[in-house]
Amino acid sequence: MRKPSSAALLLALVPFVAMCFSVPLWDRIEPMVLGLPFNLFWLIAWIVLSSGCMWLVYRLECARAAAEQRAP
Amino acid sequence: MSPAAVCLATIFAIVAVGTIVGFLAGVRRRMDLEQWTVGGRGFGVALVFLLMAGEVYTTFAFLGASGWAYSRGGPTLYVLAYLTLAYVMSFFILPQIWEAGRRHGMQTQSDFFLARYGNPWLAGCVCIVGIVCFVPYLQLQITGVGLIVSIASYDGIAPGPAMAVAVALLVAFVCVNGVRAVAWVSIVKDVLMVLAALAIGIGVPLIHFGGIGPMFQALVHAHPTHLTMPGATRNLGHAWFISTVLLTSLGFYMWPHSFAASFTARSADTLRRNAVVMPLYTLTLAFIFFAGFAAVLVVPGLPNGDLALLTVVRQSFPPWFLGVVGGAGALTAMVPASIFILTAATLFAKNLYRPLFAPAMSDAQVGRLARVTVVVLGLISLCLALYSSPTLVSLLLTGYAGVTQFFPGVVLGLYWPRVSARGVFAGLLAGVGGAVFLMTTHRDPLFGLSAGFLALCLNFLIVVIVSLVTPAVSRERSPRPGTVAWAADA
Repeated sequence: MRKPSSAALLLALVPFVAMCFSVPLWDRIEPMVLGLPFNLFWLIAWIVLSSGCMWLVYRLECARAAAEQRAP
Repeated sequence: MSPAAVCLATIFAIVAVGTIVGFLAGVRRRMDLEQWTVGGRGFGVALVFLLMAGEVYTTFAFLGASGWAYSRGGPTLYVLAYLTLAYVMSFFILPQIWEAGRRHGMQTQSDFFLARYGNPWLAGCVCIVGIVCFVPYLQLQITGVGLIVSIASYDGIAPGPAMAVAVALLVAFVCVNGVRAVAWVSIVKDVLMVLAALAIGIGVPLIHFGGIGPMFQALVHAHPTHLTMPGATRNLGHAWFISTVLLTSLGFYMWPHSFAASFTARSADTLRRNAVVMPLYTLTLAFIFFAGFAAVLVVPGLPNGDLALLTVVRQSFPPWFLGVVGGAGALTAMVPASIFILTAATLFAKNLYRPLFAPAMSDAQVGRLARVTVVVLGLISLCLALYSSPTLVSLLLTGYAGVTQFFPGVVLGLYWPRVSARGVFAGLLAGVGGAVFLMTTHRDPLFGLSAGFLALCLNFLIVVIVSLVTPAVSRERSPRPGTVAWAADA
């Protein structure tokens, strides 16, 4: 079982901080963005950004697997 | 034709198309146990995506999420956070589970615990907790179908007969086709669901308020506290949000069906790529929230929040469109329900009945027993749905708090060589016991934290302590020191 790299784990922690632990900071209505209350806008934005984070994690892990295959 | 007839005909046509697609999917394939339960481990990114999306977006997401937005307000936002974070989590556990599954020929979650810990009692316990947690979830889906048909018929058809028809259909297609049928029906369901969600989420605010922005303006003006936490509730604040998001996002892939769905993938890479794209699917839910929030102003005072979405659609759109939404809704209930039944039946036949009563059974016989179990489970859940108690929501939450207790055993099993079977067993019993105790004595939330989360913390603590004082799983036989040992390798 290969363990994920710490860079990958840190990147994956970003969505957890943004969408979960920091809730007191963004759970408010003002300023409304694109007609949405701020908390709803924040979560929707982070759905997309989380996917981006995971894409980076995926690229990182792929590169690492390839490097390990070349030099086992 | 009357509005009710137009609407019901549309729903019937959609369900019929969905069912036919399901039957066609399995034609010309030899159905052994492996093909029936894990689709021969040959699904690519697209099919795994559809299968997982199919089981995730249940009636709870469709009617329940909008219902919560309507009746509770702000706290509902936890749904957007937890689904996204569950996919983030999946990147780190599903590929490992898949890898182990291929090596040891696993088909169920219970197989995983048996292979990792080599303890049949632990595996049996996992199996029983899993099946018990399914029952209320299944009941909810079938009740959902009843609700949809009843509203779509403009209250002309009672929910009871509608539920009976739905159960008959889903038992039939699960028995004949297994998991492949479910993945293909998901295509019909997902396309409809996304279209319906977009149309409702944009259309309802547009018709009544002239757009989404003005709708929120009006809502903030009329109910200034509805959109933030704790919204219309008294005790669902920020601590509840954090603990519930953690509980549900960690527990999400611990549902036996979601866990087993990872075995259908062609490769571990399929699951990694899936973790990258799945969060985007959560965007659909935002539109369902818009409709739920709009309903607060358009149809105030409903006795049951779960009726909000369909009632507001009935008030805003022509009958045929209510039919399309109802059809999509019926499929969103039937697809997950059939996955629950399929998983529970396989668990029962393969991991409980065979090891305990008939060790000599062949795979083919297990397959036949699983199909019989499908019929029995369908009937049990129908009976429960027909005579359901009003405490359905509390049953469902107990179910979630229950399955999440598998999390320490799975994650530590994958990443911590030192973890022991006795530790995981003790933690599981403490976690399930703690969750049941807190919930049956109405202490959820406790100190503002979700009860299942507190039980999970207790569980983790006990697993670690007991593991440190008991021997790990056949560590000396492990191929490389420091790597995880598998009892089944010995």
